[in-house]
Amino acid sequence: MRANGTEGPAKLVVEHATKHYQTKSGTVRALEDYSMAVAPGELICVLGPSGCGKSTLLWAMAGLHGLTSGRVLLDGQPVTGPHPAIGMVFQEANLLPWRNLIKNIQLPFEIKRARPDQARIDRLLARVGLAGFEHKYPRELSGGMQQRASIVRSLSVDPEVLLMDEPFGALDAFTRDEMNLLLQEIWLETGKTIVFITHNIAEAVFLADRIMVMSPRPGRLANVFTVDLPRPRPISVTTEPHFFELVAAIKGSIDHGAGAAGHAAVELGL
Amino acid sequence: MSTVDRELQDTIPEFKKDKGGAQTVDITNLSAMSGALGSIRSWAEVGAILLVAVVIVGGAELLLRLLEVPQYILPTPSQTVTALVTDFPLLAPHIGVTLTELGVGFAIGAAIGFVLAAVITQFPFVEKIVAPYILVLVTTPMLALVPLLILRFGFGLEPRIIAVALASGPMVMINSATGFRRTDLAKIALARSFGASTLQIFLKIRIPMAMPMVIVGLMIGSIFGLLTAVGAEMVGGSSGLGNRLAYYSSLIQMPQFFACILILALIGISIYVLFFWIGKKWASWES
Ligand SMILES: Nc1ncnc2c1ncn2[C@@H]1O[C@H](COP(=O)(O)OP(=O)(O)OP(=O)(O)O)[C@@H](O)[C@H]1O
Ligand SMILES: [Mg+2]
Repeated sequence: MRANGTEGPAKLVVEHATKHYQTKSGTVRALEDYSMAVAPGELICVLGPSGCGKSTLLWAMAGLHGLTSGRVLLDGQPVTGPHPAIGMVFQEANLLPWRNLIKNIQLPFEIKRARPDQARIDRLLARVGLAGFEHKYPRELSGGMQQRASIVRSLSVDPEVLLMDEPFGALDAFTRDEMNLLLQEIWLETGKTIVFITHNIAEAVFLADRIMVMSPRPGRLANVFTVDLPRPRPISVTTEPHFFELVAAIKGSIDHGAGAAGHAAVELGL
Repeated sequence: MSTVDRELQDTIPEFKKDKGGAQTVDITNLSAMSGALGSIRSWAEVGAILLVAVVIVGGAELLLRLLEVPQYILPTPSQTVTALVTDFPLLAPHIGVTLTELGVGFAIGAAIGFVLAAVITQFPFVEKIVAPYILVLVTTPMLALVPLLILRFGFGLEPRIIAVALASGPMVMINSATGFRRTDLAKIALARSFGASTLQIFLKIRIPMAMPMVIVGLMIGSIFGLLTAVGAEMVGGSSGLGNRLAYYSSLIQMPQFFACILILALIGISIYVLFFWIGKKWASWES
């Protein structure tokens, strides 16, 4: 059912994205001539070491900041600002600490001055195992629960594209596995187009249809890997030889492609 | 589709690795507040505090009687309370006057201080220019202006209300500004990603985030307002609790004098408790 990268019109296109930050100490070339096309319903992972420009890329795709040159297209239309069809899940859960869970999830509806789709919210909360926690405050929830709530918040307004910026980076390994499994299930159920950012190779291989490997300074697209592991992938897939082969191939490409600097920063989290 | 946010345009799309800016802010004032009230939990503790009060008041009573301290030097607690009860009808209008000055002056000062803080912090350049003047307003005792204000506005409530506003406004402003200055870009970006307007970001992100500091400012500002109101009443006019203090001391009516002090203490504590509860309701997420 799912389109795969090469066929049909792309959902989301990044064309020659370049972003330079002007600082007191000179120009930081955060992103250099980055291009990719994401097919509808595809799950793409952007993989790269810390500081290679992943967030810069994702924020541009979300219309949160502009590019020095290049552009982002959603269904062929340039993205010039935040778009209702694009949902964003941030690094750390980014819940508002002064609002309880349900009020946090209703925030997008408040902003859009729309009545909250309570049936949908309840379904999503039950789906991620947060039913009954509606009136808890973020500080009363574990990191995993907070991140699940933030995913519900993004999905509650039913975006077509979900951009996720290292959403599970701050979680422990067990919770992270659990969240990856949950994300895969939700993605298989909803068919959203997802761009998922990570610096964890194993996480990328577990989740992705395709992995975009970035090189550091300036952030460029160094390599693209297609992950052919069958779906749904159980956690046990991470112990299969083919999984290791893919991880090793990606790691190898980083060694040869970007040199020691890139290698040092990429964490081989298994 | 809205356009790209000016503020986010050239910012580091990075998140503070510590648990988000909001939680790391030091709210020494607010935690001091909860230190005094929030830690009282059990009835046993409340009982102990009341017991201490009974011991102190009872001890004072006993000591003053045993040593036969004359009433015009220091009245016993019972004499003070008796004066408070019997003279209350006489004092009530003066309480009303002081509370009116405080209420009106504080409302004006706090409103102006809050709005100025909200606006000025949005323009760092303007803020830099204005900051020293605000500091002057905060550090100069506004009481000093009262004689001048009386010359201009007479002996009515106006000069006192103005003095209260001048004393409380800058306090509210300087603390609120601290609150508004902490911007958590991640939270602003979040709202923006859902298409929030600048006004919505202000109402839904910036103001709630500034709230703990605003409440601290309101509390300090109102206490300063009370001090200034009483001081201004002492300077001139014929009404208000401050005026009564001057009046009773000139007549050496010490029980009435202390009754006024007792009332002022009660007003001060009520203000404290009020803002403590407001803080608990609106800013408890921060501690
Ligand atoms: N406003 C800015 N001014 C100057 N340099 C910036 C700015 N924003 C980002 N950078 C730099 O651009 C580079 C890319 O930053 P970015 O946050 O996109 O990296 P990242 O891949 O998301 O890193 P991480 O994995 O740590 O989140 C970094 O070197 C960063 O220091
Ligand atoms: Mg990042």
